Amino acid sequence: MASHTLPERIRRDFPILDRTVHGKPLVYLDNAASAQKPLAVIEGQREYLANYHANIHRGAHHLAQLATEAYEGTRRKIADHIGAADTAEVLFTAGSTDAINLVAQSWGRANLQAGDAVLVTRMEHHANIVPWQMVCEEKGAKVIPVNVLEDGTLDLDDFTRALEQHQPKLVGIVHASNTLGTINPVAELCATARAAGAVTLIDGSQALPHLDIDVATIGCDFYVATGHKAYGPTGIGFLWGRKALLDAMPPWRGGGEMIRSVSFDGTTYNDLPHKFEAGTPHISGGIALGIALDWINGVGTDAIAAHECALVDHAHDALGTLPTVRIIGTAPEKVGVLSLVVDGLHPYDLGTLLDGQGIAVRTGHHCTEPLMAHLGLDSGTLRMSFAAYTTREEIDRAVIALERAMRMLS
Amino acid sequence: MSADLITARQADVIEEFALFDDWMDKYEHLIELGKDVPAIDPARKTDDHLIKGCQSKVWLAADPQDDGTVLFSGDSDAIITKGLVGLMVRVLSGADAKAIAEADLHFLDAIGLHQHLSPTRSNGLASMVKQMKLYGAALAARQA
Repeated sequence: MASHTLPERIRRDFPILDRTVHGKPLVYLDNAASAQKPLAVIEGQREYLANYHANIHRGAHHLAQLATEAYEGTRRKIADHIGAADTAEVLFTAGSTDAINLVAQSWGRANLQAGDAVLVTRMEHHANIVPWQMVCEEKGAKVIPVNVLEDGTLDLDDFTRALEQHQPKLVGIVHASNTLGTINPVAELCATARAAGAVTLIDGSQALPHLDIDVATIGCDFYVATGHKAYGPTGIGFLWGRKALLDAMPPWRGGGEMIRSVSFDGTTYNDLPHKFEAGTPHISGGIALGIALDWINGVGTDAIAAHECALVDHAHDALGTLPTVRIIGTAPEKVGVLSLVVDGLHPYDLGTLLDGQGIAVRTGHHCTEPLMAHLGLDSGTLRMSFAAYTTREEIDRAVIALERAMRMLS
Repeated sequence: MSADLITARQADVIEEFALFDDWMDKYEHLIELGKDVPAIDPARKTDDHLIKGCQSKVWLAADPQDDGTVLFSGDSDAIITKGLVGLMVRVLSGADAKAIAEADLHFLDAIGLHQHLSPTRSNGLASMVKQMKLYGAALAARQA
């Protein structure tokens, strides 16, 4: 029987991969910014809009029921996908940023006091730094960063030291770094943080498309992720939280849907998860996110992780032959993210010249300015990031294009 | 008259780039231009003259002249941005303040490099053009 590689089996699911850019076949290596969408997701969103669009949760009619079932079906799929004990622990948000802001503004404002600390790592995306800075500034608390080592792994000694020294109320850790690719040992870190009395939040934005996630095994208190990096639509993501914590948290946004009863004498709030879901949500996005998770599970997270791991190894080998290229982030455990710099050349120039050859990459600081400053990379990096549909040939083409760009610039 | 100068210079740039129909050839030329840009006086490459884009940095210095014109010089840490800075300087430097403020800069569109002027590109170039026009407007107002 002929064996087919993963991309050979699934690339036909992604119509966009057939297009050209500047007259060259597209090589899309910006998946850490946003992944492309399989036909099932595109069609599923269209199907809802064309056939059963209605507002959810409140209509006493057939379409409202169909839409509600599909949207709530995704909540169940998320719960199953991440091993949540209770579907009500899964809250829909606009994405990871929105989810972290929800925790910061609800849990943070209710629990942080003057002198308290929030511990994060230096490899966090701005989305897991700035919301904490905002609430800490308001409360007179502080945000403390944990160091990152030269190879892009977290400094575990510094982590333990910071826990002891600052006794943080909350610890926020990225599951997989969007800039370095590093997979953090989140279960171990959460256990240590929990033993020190801290509540833990894991930013799973880059983990959802690449790894098997089980919140029970990780042992965190909050887990956030976004849909569009995991083959789903933009504008939809989720927050998972332990029920006891979510129940105790005050609502953040007020409005319809999140209330039990409203009067000018006093308003009472709805139960979980609706307490945190004011207003009409992104229904089509929610439905399509469920389809994206089905697609991931159909392919298999193990198969995706193994494929991307092989791609990262291949890319490391191919780029290793170029003497002036330095790979940033060489942790032993990585998702399909590869940052690099070229001696004496600006990432923006390289990225522009790759674009001209049909290769889509991202350049700059990748919303991780503190990490770039820590690593002394003032101009940021050039980042290639892979997905289930990325082929070895595409990486080879990107490396050849990079060599050409380097020749043009030197 | 100075508005005509800016128009004529833009026409020159458009003609120059018309030689290249391949995307990469066009960028090859832009890189060469970037290498040839007379560097800004290093003493002026300070934070006062820095326009910080998210992707690349741009430095811009403006020198108003007694005759009501403005001389510009600029630089960037990225060579492609530097080439574009050079083109902007070439089109606007030495023109009347008022003409600079009112300039209709269509040449980047015409040579197919307009995407670098997009604010979302964050290379500092869009802010630089805005800054050049502000210099022009401020000087023109003082002269009036």
